[in-house]
Amino acid sequence: MTFYKTLLAGASALALMTGAASAEISDGKVKIGLLSDMSATYSDVAGQGTVVAAQMAIDEFGGKVAGAPIELITADHQNKADIAANKAREWGDTEQVDAFAELVTTSVALAVFEVAKQQNKIALVSGAASSPLTNDACIPTGLHWTYNTRALAVGTGSAIVKEGGDSWYFLTADYAFGEALQRDVTKVVEAEGGKVLGASKHPFPASDFSSFILQAQASGAKVIGLANAGGDTINAIKAAHEFGINAGGQTVAGLLVFLSDVNALGLEVAQGLEMTVSFYWDLNDETREWSKRFYEKTGKMPTGVQAGTYSAVRHYLKAIEATGSDDTATVLAKMRETPVNDMFAKNGTLRTDGRMVHDMYLAKVKAPADSKAPWDYLKIVRTIPGEEAFGPLSESTCPTK
Amino acid sequence: MFADLLGFPPQVLFGQLLIGLINGAFYAVLSLGLAVIFGLLNIVNFAHGALYMLGAFATLGLTRYLGISYWGSLVLAPIIVGAFGIVLERLLLRRLAGVDHLYGLLLTFGLALVIEGLFVKMFGSSGLPYPPPAELSGGINLGFMFLPWYRGWVVVAALAVCVATWVLFERTKVGSYLRAGTENPKLLQAFGVNVPLLTTLAYGYGTGLAAFAGVLAAPITQVSPLMGSNLIIVVFAVVVIGGMGSIMGAIVTGLGMGVIEGLTKVFWPEASSTVIFVVMAIVLVLRPAGLFGKTH
Repeated sequence: MTFYKTLLAGASALALMTGAASAEISDGKVKIGLLSDMSATYSDVAGQGTVVAAQMAIDEFGGKVAGAPIELITADHQNKADIAANKAREWGDTEQVDAFAELVTTSVALAVFEVAKQQNKIALVSGAASSPLTNDACIPTGLHWTYNTRALAVGTGSAIVKEGGDSWYFLTADYAFGEALQRDVTKVVEAEGGKVLGASKHPFPASDFSSFILQAQASGAKVIGLANAGGDTINAIKAAHEFGINAGGQTVAGLLVFLSDVNALGLEVAQGLEMTVSFYWDLNDETREWSKRFYEKTGKMPTGVQAGTYSAVRHYLKAIEATGSDDTATVLAKMRETPVNDMFAKNGTLRTDGRMVHDMYLAKVKAPADSKAPWDYLKIVRTIPGEEAFGPLSESTCPTK
Repeated sequence: MFADLLGFPPQVLFGQLLIGLINGAFYAVLSLGLAVIFGLLNIVNFAHGALYMLGAFATLGLTRYLGISYWGSLVLAPIIVGAFGIVLERLLLRRLAGVDHLYGLLLTFGLALVIEGLFVKMFGSSGLPYPPPAELSGGINLGFMFLPWYRGWVVVAALAVCVATWVLFERTKVGSYLRAGTENPKLLQAFGVNVPLLTTLAYGYGTGLAAFAGVLAAPITQVSPLMGSNLIIVVFAVVVIGGMGSIMGAIVTGLGMGVIEGLTKVFWPEASSTVIFVVMAIVLVLRPAGLFGKTH
């Protein structure tokens, strides 16, 4: 009998302790809902790799924060805004999710922003790239972590104009992201004294680019800017290669190219491409160490979107750890006042418009002869300071900044 | 003149017509396979896109792991995938003979999702590169456009296969059996022809055609698990326009729709993914059996 009593007392004391520790944590747990493209065009750029990256951040905390367990739930949004919004709403209503993460594809991020705003939950955007997410379309609880179309324009766009590529023709994915990217690059090109001769909007996703490449060829523009991503960029670059674009004196500028795209194209075709990246595995010891662990779990080196997901989730959990609360306003305030310091970003700052400002990198794809090891694909040409890449806060048109 | 009036130089227009023809060649071979299968099995083969993808992956595998060249794969990949098709037909599709079309559609659609899902899991969505054969790298400047040799070859090869299939079906004894099997399988069986064997072979041939298109596509697009799912819906529209089960309809409509789509890409690129469905809707209203289809 005494034994049972002791056991009972112990158990209730334990229950009380955990109860006290997570008094500020709603429902006794921290739940992150990760929505990504798990099966289609962007699943290599984001997809399962972002789940692994988020889990790596959670594991750093030992699976618990402020005494409460951390739970990660995931779903495939198939790049469809309606699926994403329904899932997010369901998670918010019935699963007590505290934050949404990843959200590749702009239309998806915009739809989930709407839900996050209504439910007052944090949205940690990594994969979606459009700059409107922290401008006209911003929400008070939406954080845009990895990159945006403005940074890509400042990186790749201005580098190419400076090299003499002063007339442009765009091949643009026909949805919010493609338009945002084309608009931001156009601004940079025109500011640098270049001009835009025209653009073709292609369906998303498209499999055959020969027709669009032919139009770009006929435009006589020096630079063919690809305002698309993932599989579309890969197929467009292949078609350009096949139709002898480079031999004709025109260059192809991939405005959003990921490491996974370079890997898929092979260095023979991709060599010489300039690209703006938020992250590269081979930047320093810290990135190499983290990426190696990521590689062991996935068999691939991480893309910026995947590394950014890790950083965002980690910073979010850090704020919960520091405040002992998962209340949206409390966590947001803490996230803003703490600089982001991890293997992804150094002294990153989180602005009131939701933008996470950190350094970006302009890189060039190596020639096959210069690549010494598997995944040794990029040479970093220059570091683009955060302020230059993302612009000052005064430039942001976010109404709630 | 006409082209100039619309603000496009004739060079651009000729180029787009040729590109349209090249894409049309793919549509033709793929819709031909569908037409053959529908004609004999009465199955709307939604797995066609996945089988096309398997053709491309077979090519890649044959070259990477067995050192077999592109030319060897052009023959072997369709045979391998065709054999896989025969297994599918014997094990699964056969059980649906005589039931509503919808069951076949659902089964093949499910198969496509499973096959594509497995390949995404194994190879990722970005796909793998496959270089064109060395003999066909480079191209020729036609004055109005630069034509890669490989694309030229695609049109020639696709048309040759289309013509051969047409001859097989319309001008040979086997073809007459196949056509008879479409019209009245029971009667044909009464004459001592092994109709079940005939349908199995027809499915094998149809899937072989899909794989052949996959081999042709491998050096052009990335060899990717999703390459077929992007294409299959368009190809279905082509078959509906041509008339379900009509060989000639599939070939002519395939080429024609490629050209129409190519022109749309010049005048109104955003509509290029929908134009074929607009044509399909119009055809269905005016001629529900399709342009070349027979109303029963």
